[in-house]
Amino acid sequence: MELKAEKITRQYFRKTKDSNVFLALHETDLLLKSGTLTEITGRSGSGKSTLLNVLAGLLTPTAGTVYWDGVDIYGLEDSERSRLRNASVGVIPQGQTGLHALTVLENVKLPCLMYGAPVSDEAALALLEQVGIVDLQNEYPSGLSGGELRRLAIARALIRKPGMILADEPTGDLDDENTREVLTLLRKQADLGAAVLLVTHEREAAAYANKVYRMNGGILEEAQS
Amino acid sequence: MKFERTLAWKNLTRKTGRTAALILLAAFLSLSIFGGSIVVMSLRSGLKSYEARLGADIVVVPYEAQTKGTLESILLQGIPGFFYMDRSYYEKVAATEGVEQATPQFYLASTSAGCCSVPVQIIGFDPETDFIIKPWIRDSYAGDVGDGDILIGSSIEMPLSGYLTFYNTDCRVVGQLEQTGTGLDTAVYANMHTIRAMTQNAKSLGFQSFTDLDVGQAISSVMVKVEDGYGISEVTDDINIHVRHVEATQAKQMVSSIAGGLTSVIRIIGLLTAMIWVLALAILMIAFAMIAGERKKEFAVLRVMGASRNMLSRLLLGESAMISLIGSLLGAILAALIVFPFGNLIRSELELPYLLPNMGTVAALFVGSVLLSVLAGALTALWSALRISRSETGLILREGA
Repeated sequence: MELKAEKITRQYFRKTKDSNVFLALHETDLLLKSGTLTEITGRSGSGKSTLLNVLAGLLTPTAGTVYWDGVDIYGLEDSERSRLRNASVGVIPQGQTGLHALTVLENVKLPCLMYGAPVSDEAALALLEQVGIVDLQNEYPSGLSGGELRRLAIARALIRKPGMILADEPTGDLDDENTREVLTLLRKQADLGAAVLLVTHEREAAAYANKVYRMNGGILEEAQS
Repeated sequence: MKFERTLAWKNLTRKTGRTAALILLAAFLSLSIFGGSIVVMSLRSGLKSYEARLGADIVVVPYEAQTKGTLESILLQGIPGFFYMDRSYYEKVAATEGVEQATPQFYLASTSAGCCSVPVQIIGFDPETDFIIKPWIRDSYAGDVGDGDILIGSSIEMPLSGYLTFYNTDCRVVGQLEQTGTGLDTAVYANMHTIRAMTQNAKSLGFQSFTDLDVGQAISSVMVKVEDGYGISEVTDDINIHVRHVEATQAKQMVSSIAGGLTSVIRIIGLLTAMIWVLALAILMIAFAMIAGERKKEFAVLRVMGASRNMLSRLLLGESAMISLIGSLLGAILAALIVFPFGNLIRSELELPYLLPNMGTVAALFVGSVLLSVLAGALTALWSALRISRSETGLILREGA
């Protein structure tokens, strides 16, 4: 799967001394190709998550176009874009995102059940095994640690075998060993053909990436290797 | 839809405290509308039945009875009472110009003493002239009410033996009358011979109320039907002017005074129901809005997974519909448990005729109340659903809500 962003910007309304708007994302072009892992690094508040959300079809850009496999996603109806995201894009959002009414196993299977895609317990358990929380399959998110919840979100994003993975700080709350395991897992997904975007502060992540960008004050620049 | 239903149900069952509180609020909606409707309809049909059972244009009673309001107590509340006048008054009333039919009635109150099976109102009628009781009897008993026979009101429990004793007079229960929702339901009906025999026995037993009574000549009231072409008001006035020591009252006036009280009660019930609805709906709406606000992150996570805005709306509306359905059913059942077993208490407290509607009407009201409450309850989440579905997921995730 290929993701192409052309001249995308995003501004927020925020009253400051000089203006009522704040430009979180300056005009940006980006191409994510199948089989590659792209890393975006940068300071907090630099616009990394804004860019990721715009690319994921979750935040309408102020200007510009985002294409998934040539389809202008913001030109689609919300229902079509949502369905396409469900089928093709695995998003790992920031923070703790377990749904508290569901067990770990139910959380992981949820994206498949949304539109009636077939899913087996075995497939979900295999993913939980990969992220190391298979023993917690019947627990509810309230009983999980921050790191375990991050791993739950990763397994949930991968259950539909997406062609594109957009991960926002997937290794936050994880120890070094688990960080390496998650980075290895994402690298593996890229090697299997997915286009992977990794937004992270993790210095170690660059070793797993094909391309590294740095976001600075809403401006995306290719990092010097 | 199956996905939304399943998730909605899981959301509700995982948050039992929150769900129970919302269900309780939703229950108030159907409890008030179903309970209120049943009470209002029962009062209306009670009045209709009272009007029908009264069956006369003019009611004539001894002056003393009218001033005490005893007849209304007997007819409406079933409080046993008695008053007497000489049979000659019946002849005088019947002879008044414009009177088409007139029939005497005789009232006797039984006691809780050993001589009587139950303390009730006993009403004697004259089969020769009666036009009040007989049409009512025909609805539930085809035969004649002979000497020693009695008919019992719907609220009197039928004895296994089929016999009741009043002042040592054994009476055969030949039938039970249809419910009227008035004091008449707790009365017993007999022909004049039977009731006079009972009264004679009461006199012999030494009951003071009857010691000076000429049982053979006594009557309690005269029911009058006015001939076509004559005004009821004029005939009433004629009786009051020409027959001394009695008070003639237009039956319409007896009904209209009750109708006046009924209107006030119905207005109060309507007002209370409306207040409960407004309060419960407002609280539900605020509760759903607060809960939706708290759950912004959860909805954003669903959007991340691919849930559409419509899907989120359906999820939230589904949850509120489930809450409303369970709450409304519980509320309506609770209302039934209050309104039906305590019908007699409601009647005696309101001092108005009270006749429950038939089962078909009750069932229709039950279904209607539940549907209306479910719809209203579900719609309280509409605003929250719209707000949630219109929010930009990226902004919610950015807020870290």
